[in-house]
Amino acid sequence: MSVVRALYAKPWIWSFVAAIGVWLVTIAFTGGSSAGGLAQAALTFAAFSIIVGIGQMFVITLGPGNVDLSIPATMTLAGTVALKIMDTNDSLILVGILVALAIGLAIGVINYGLIKLLRIPPIIATLSSSFIIQSAAISYNRGIRIKPPAALAEFTTATTLGIPNLAYFALLVSAVAWVALEKGIYGRWVSAVGQNMRAARMAGVPVDGVRAGTYLVCAVLASLAGLLLSCFSGGAALNMGAEYLLTSIAVVVIGGTAVAGGFANIPGIWGASLFLFLVVSMLNTYGASAGIRLLLTGVIIIAVIIAASRSPRA
Amino acid sequence: MNDQRDNPVLAVNGASKSFGAVRALNGLSFALAAGECVGLVGHNGAGKSTLVGIMNGGTRPDSGTIHLGGNDETGRYSVAVARKYGLRCVFQELSLCPNLTVTENARIAHASISGFGWRRRAERVVRSKLDEIFPGHGIDCDQAVGTLSIAQRQMVEIAMAFSESDGPARIVILDEPTSSLDANIARQMLDHIRKFVGGGGSVVLISHILSEILTTTDRIVVMKDGGLVAEGPSSRFTMETLVGAMGSVVRARDAAAPPRDRTGTTPALTRRGTDGAPEFRAYAGEIVGLAGLGGHGQTETLVELYRGFGGDWLAPADVKAAFVAGDRHVDGNLPMWSILRNISITLLTDLTRAGIVRDGDERAVAQSWRERIGIRTDSLDNPILSLSGGNQQKVLFSRALATRAPVVLMDDPMRGVDIGTKQEVYAMLRAEADRGRTFVWYSTEIDEICQCDRVYVFREGRIVVELTGADIREDRVLAASFSTEAA
Repeated sequence: MSVVRALYAKPWIWSFVAAIGVWLVTIAFTGGSSAGGLAQAALTFAAFSIIVGIGQMFVITLGPGNVDLSIPATMTLAGTVALKIMDTNDSLILVGILVALAIGLAIGVINYGLIKLLRIPPIIATLSSSFIIQSAAISYNRGIRIKPPAALAEFTTATTLGIPNLAYFALLVSAVAWVALEKGIYGRWVSAVGQNMRAARMAGVPVDGVRAGTYLVCAVLASLAGLLLSCFSGGAALNMGAEYLLTSIAVVVIGGTAVAGGFANIPGIWGASLFLFLVVSMLNTYGASAGIRLLLTGVIIIAVIIAASRSPRA
Repeated sequence: MNDQRDNPVLAVNGASKSFGAVRALNGLSFALAAGECVGLVGHNGAGKSTLVGIMNGGTRPDSGTIHLGGNDETGRYSVAVARKYGLRCVFQELSLCPNLTVTENARIAHASISGFGWRRRAERVVRSKLDEIFPGHGIDCDQAVGTLSIAQRQMVEIAMAFSESDGPARIVILDEPTSSLDANIARQMLDHIRKFVGGGGSVVLISHILSEILTTTDRIVVMKDGGLVAEGPSSRFTMETLVGAMGSVVRARDAAAPPRDRTGTTPALTRRGTDGAPEFRAYAGEIVGLAGLGGHGQTETLVELYRGFGGDWLAPADVKAAFVAGDRHVDGNLPMWSILRNISITLLTDLTRAGIVRDGDERAVAQSWRERIGIRTDSLDNPILSLSGGNQQKVLFSRALATRAPVVLMDDPMRGVDIGTKQEVYAMLRAEADRGRTFVWYSTEIDEICQCDRVYVFREGRIVVELTGADIREDRVLAASFSTEAA
């Protein structure tokens, strides 16, 4: 009983309950034949949401008003530029990865520069920088679809021991982020800033450093996700990041991280990412039209958030 | 005069008010006659603000009666009742909406100006009063209040208090109205008070500039510790007797340690004084007090000193300074966290190896401070907000004292702390200072200031006097807190 109660008190439990529920409903419809395949697909697609969601989670934890809206544009630019530089050449993979990371770092610096130097609220700063980034991607790419190097394409689509490689990568990112958040001084600082920025400053927390670092981490994770996504889907497309604007925020909120900042949790991002993918596939399986699909997705997200906010927080 | 006193327009009788354990007013009686200007003086915590709150209806006394215009209003007294009668207040914290124009603010203050043409009528009301009190004020009533200077805003606020709308102003309470005005404009305002009183109005004037009180008021009421300690016609008071009345019996310092000779030693902290103000210095092993009336720049000075140590971008390996917040909810508590995490946050860089916090060490430090300072809780894992105010304050003390920081800055940290805890903390501060730490301590309590080795008295945002050794006495602090220069 006490195990059940302890689980019930976890803020992330609801996203997992919802994800498993939706998975069961879907395989019930197909008579169980697609259970394995569905789980595999869910892990693959959830991996992208998890990687960008973790970055967004740290940013949202910085407190009210903090959100990074430049994630989609960052993904697009990093994917586009890295693929073009690698030019389907396996020997340039390392260069491509470094370029993607450098783009992430640069965007993080620009974002926090706008916030700090020009005193623009983060929501406006990252939205406006995303227009610039997206325009850069458009002018660089000119609509040509460039294929990824074969080795990267192979890596991102393959599985190891039945589990997608991308899921392993997301697990690695999550593990590092979990240690930083739960065990590291960085996690304490982010949480302190999110609870009361002035009190955190007067308690010796290097507030500017923590905030800048967080926007950097978020942009770097987005650029990595962009590179992986463009390799996975066979080439970079200009609209490839679009759906991650809402997704990155939704997985944070559904996962039980405090929207007002100060409290974050990583397991919930996994539950929420799996859940979001599974809802869409469930509705597809049932043959719902696009309109119904969007409507029901919205309703289900609201229901899970209400359930999660009613549970007693540990 | 006497028949007026028997028939006051506003009378508070036997009013008491407690905030938690703090007794702000102690059975105080106060009466205001028509055509009378009363000066209200007293040091921090004397109960002036509480009395003003009771008079304007914002604060409900725990006991006592209120009569307004001869009617017993006890029990149903409120801001609306007071305002309807014609009681107006001007506060130190400006209460105008900065995004609205002067005219629009006048409309908000006077609900009776409504319907078509309100803008014209509101402007006429406020402009005529501005012209009357402050001729040549140069304020454009279509300007947003936020674009006005502080002095201009204060002038608008004063003009609005005296202006007529649904009824004339009969009682005006002015709480530090001249704090941001220059001498010339202040003079205009004081002249207007005399004119207003001459026309049968009543005024309560609170000011730290004693010459204003002495020259403008008919009667002076001196408060201390929530009670009335002296009262009489203004002509019977002088600067010296007024300052003397605000203090208690002048006590010798408890531990009258002679001031140490500091020639040749370098101060741990310095800050150059502007416009001839004394230089601020704090030496290792000293407790330096920042005194003066509340809100005269002490907190700002502490925050500037703290931020002068840097640390915005990178946490230094050796923490140079720690800060103890007085306003816990704004500057201190991290409300979602446990007591443990609230204690360790400043010390965290010392408890971290390769970016990972060593849980065991963290708990050990917090545990030892819990015992040393006596935080009353059954577990350090309880949320910080489960503690009483005094115990939360102990957590904030532990947060600073647990570090190796050679300088500790304290922003009136004893608010809401019981007397027993205070004594323990005083002893701890002295012991830590003897080990070479420097404390800079802003306090609104004279008793605490008198325990310091060196005291700087603040007035209007700057240091006016430096006191050391046997000079640290209540009367000296009081005299410096209130401006006694002739206006």
